[in-house]
Amino acid sequence: MTVTETPAATAPLTTPYAAPHDAPESAAGSRLRTRDLSLGYDDRVVVDGVTLEVPTGRTTAVVGPNGCGKSTLLRGLGRLLRPRGGSVLLDGDEIGSLPTREVARRLGLLPQQPIVPEGVSVLELVERGRHPHHGLFRTWSRTDEEAVASALERTDLVHLAHVGVDSLSGGQRQRVWLAMVLAQATPVLLLDEPTSFLDVAHQLDVLDLVRRMCDDDGTTVVMVLHDLAMAARYADHLVAMRDGRVVAEGSPADVVTPAVIEEVFGVAATVLSDPETGAPVVIPRRRTS
Amino acid sequence: MSVAAPPRTPTERDTPTVDALTRARRGPRRRRAVVVAVLVLLVVALVLVRALLGDYRVSFVDAVRIIGGEPVPGASFVLMESTLPRALVAVLAGAAFGAAGAAFQVMLRNPLASPDVLGITLGASAAAVLAVVAFGVRGTPVTLAALAGSVLAALVILSQAGGRGGATGRMVLVGVALAAGLSALVHWLLVRASIYQAQDALVWLSGSLNTVTWTDIVRLLVLDAVLLPAALVLAGRLPVLGLGDDLAAALGVRVTRLRVGVTVVVVALVAAATAVVGPVAFVGFLSGPIARRLVPGRPSVGVAALVGAVVVVGADYLAAYAIPGTALPVGLVTGLLGAPVLLWMLRSRPTTQEGR
Repeated sequence: MTVTETPAATAPLTTPYAAPHDAPESAAGSRLRTRDLSLGYDDRVVVDGVTLEVPTGRTTAVVGPNGCGKSTLLRGLGRLLRPRGGSVLLDGDEIGSLPTREVARRLGLLPQQPIVPEGVSVLELVERGRHPHHGLFRTWSRTDEEAVASALERTDLVHLAHVGVDSLSGGQRQRVWLAMVLAQATPVLLLDEPTSFLDVAHQLDVLDLVRRMCDDDGTTVVMVLHDLAMAARYADHLVAMRDGRVVAEGSPADVVTPAVIEEVFGVAATVLSDPETGAPVVIPRRRTS
Repeated sequence: MSVAAPPRTPTERDTPTVDALTRARRGPRRRRAVVVAVLVLLVVALVLVRALLGDYRVSFVDAVRIIGGEPVPGASFVLMESTLPRALVAVLAGAAFGAAGAAFQVMLRNPLASPDVLGITLGASAAAVLAVVAFGVRGTPVTLAALAGSVLAALVILSQAGGRGGATGRMVLVGVALAAGLSALVHWLLVRASIYQAQDALVWLSGSLNTVTWTDIVRLLVLDAVLLPAALVLAGRLPVLGLGDDLAAALGVRVTRLRVGVTVVVVALVAAATAVVGPVAFVGFLSGPIARRLVPGRPSVGVAALVGAVVVVGADYLAAYAIPGTALPVGLVTGLLGAPVLLWMLRSRPTTQEGR
């Protein structure tokens, strides 16, 4: 685990191995915002008029039932989908108007199931995270090497660096992907269901790591999670969605209430308080709709 | 480039890992350099063998004199009009096929997806045969028809390059279907053709270096000189595309644009080479996988180009002299070599540098 030496108040906006850029924090204090954002595929509207301010340097979790548009919203935030209406602003600029590579230096995105190329080793995969920091002609610098080394150390993968990714377990693989986005070293990071298909121990593993990226580096994290308990425990800020709209937003204690859970998931639930952390704990009772 | 913000993580801890990574990188780098050097030497050696050791042997000293401009009776003609142009065009066409095949296979994440399997080469063949059989033309119009044919075939495949999800799979499927249809068209045309037309058309079915001129060489050299570096630069981004469209886009790659760019370069390479030597079978298909086994890890279009050159020069030599008195078309030899190599590929999957 790494130690933060700089006080949080003066923490730089960039992680150590990012290319320097002066991205001014916008007046509203949010690097990533949407304004009345609508997204969809073909003739289907999936995200419908979402206005969001992602808190900078904090971890935001987007929760909601299957098909509520949370993954689509994440794709929109990561400019993988062109908005049908409204806009996504990164550091105050329309994200679609920025050069692709420039966006990739400020904002990383990990899809739910990326492709593992045949025969690729952990190191080769993590190295690809440095792609946005290279010009037209690839040159591998000391900074790249340090970023990759640091990413491997923080994900505890140094001893597996030369092992083939296809021979790793699901939990190890997810660590490899996180190491790749760590090497990318973006101040903003979007994660789509980073814990799906993982057992509870590996879920904690991954989320602890995400938490450290946020706390130690000041990375702004937005992750889609379907597990409400994990979201409440690990996120500073929750966004609850249903049918393409934001139903509730705020701190876990504000959002995880019986009323919101019923509205979002259609499930009656009791909410208790975790005796250790004070985080809300959800006990689902029955379906109501 | 300016230096990044000072690391906030304790740097003393970083150093051993950084050093270990840097050290670990040396092995593959050295291997790559050795492979490239050996392949270049092999190409030069094969060109010398092909140019000098034919039916009529030309001594090395004579060859130097001839190239220096001094005529040597007999040897001058053989070297300058037959063996040397053949050897050079084999290198240029082989490199083009090899690079094009490897780039396509990596881009489409499919070892079967080389231009010769996906109907781009067959597009050239079909158009050339159509020109010969249906319109009775010869010479340059046939070459132009071949170019148009491969471009048309590529456009059909490119129409699937954009859009959401599974673009690579669609490109491969459409290409395979296209190849099947074009192959049927070629057969139908040959059935209708007279024996003389069929003779003319045959070159466009198997590939041959029999009718190479210096003009062809210069043309192909110029195209290779532009297209091969372009292929190498674009290929540098393909490893990132291999992680899937979404992640590639997140890493700053313009996915559709890269796919269109690679396809254009690949088609230009294939069309340029096919127009001169015909569709030499399997070279595009084989070079990439062979290169990957020589240099594991990153896919290497440059190594594949060298492999392609070696294969075509070597195969042409075999084609000319393996059976005394019979000059086979080079495509027949590469086709014959292709089958066993394919089986060998199936048995030995590429490995990572585990345990290095």
